[in-house]
Amino acid sequence: MNSYKDDHLDGNAAAGELSDLFAVDLSAAEGQCSHCGAVKPFAQSKLYMGGPGLIARCADCENVLLRMVKARQRVWLDLRGMAYLSVNVG
Amino acid sequence: MAGATLLRRPIVWQVGTVVALRNETPRARTIILDLPDWPGHLAGQHVDVRLTAPDGYTAVRSYSIASAASAANRVELTVERLPDGEVSPYLTQELQVGDLLELRGPIGGWFVWRTEQTEPIQLVAGGSGIVPLMSMIRSRAKAHSTTQFRLLYSVREPDSVYYSDELQALSEQDKTISITYAYTRTTPKDWARPAGRIDAPLVAETTWPAKLRPTCYLCGPTSFVEAATRHLIANGMGDDMIRTERFGPTGDRK
Repeated sequence: MNSYKDDHLDGNAAAGELSDLFAVDLSAAEGQCSHCGAVKPFAQSKLYMGGPGLIARCADCENVLLRMVKARQRVWLDLRGMAYLSVNVG
Repeated sequence: MAGATLLRRPIVWQVGTVVALRNETPRARTIILDLPDWPGHLAGQHVDVRLTAPDGYTAVRSYSIASAASAANRVELTVERLPDGEVSPYLTQELQVGDLLELRGPIGGWFVWRTEQTEPIQLVAGGSGIVPLMSMIRSRAKAHSTTQFRLLYSVREPDSVYYSDELQALSEQDKTISITYAYTRTTPKDWARPAGRIDAPLVAETTWPAKLRPTCYLCGPTSFVEAATRHLIANGMGDDMIRTERFGPTGDRK
């Protein structure tokens, strides 16, 4: 897992890109990792922006929580790695 | 609640006008923008700035807001010039008063400090990571909050300290905020601690004890944030007491 170690940001940094799709701020939303079950704010996931899209990994187990790629006027979103997302709308 | 309303407003691209520029250090400049459609912001939030070249090529970078939380149409960003940067040399050297700048925000609802928070606050900044933390410090002063703040600020040398006069004035007038500087390359004359990165003893001596249940906001380069997080956890802080905002070596953040 060392190759992931020092080149990531926090989920916070994806909030602007995600606002293209979501009407609410996802950085404060809590998500459950579908692999290890950890429940954390999306802001505290490990975010990798070096590739063609965004990848967010679980801060505890490195499981991929979210992938988002923009290509040919479309946005592709893969949320398989999250069992759920809980958003404060109060 | 006002904060929640702010966060539920759709984030749209808008155009601001540069109304003033202020040099903070030889490498960093504050850009003061007037934004007619700005909904206001919370301390700690950021914006995405988009530059478009004549051929249509665009580059987007995130920059933290330095000014106090406010409902007004004015925002201050402090930008550090990165030698190989694509965006920061333009923002720090070419941008002029009267120019237009495209941005979207305010962004982020996690790395924020609200004046309603009453627990002690520990701020830990590495270099330009001071910017969102300065927004928190300014918001606190503006709201006349007496929440206990501590700042541990790691910088390369005395010349690289952002907002130094303002920080000094604040810490002299107000005993409920205390500031510790750690210099990594060059210290001021007769400085007790030799130049070096923050380490476990410094963190243990100058940050809040974990038993007071402070909230800690850490911002800086990824390696700095990793090290600071380790020291705080070694001091007994729980995961749930630490909020981080990293930026990469390419300056993708800040």
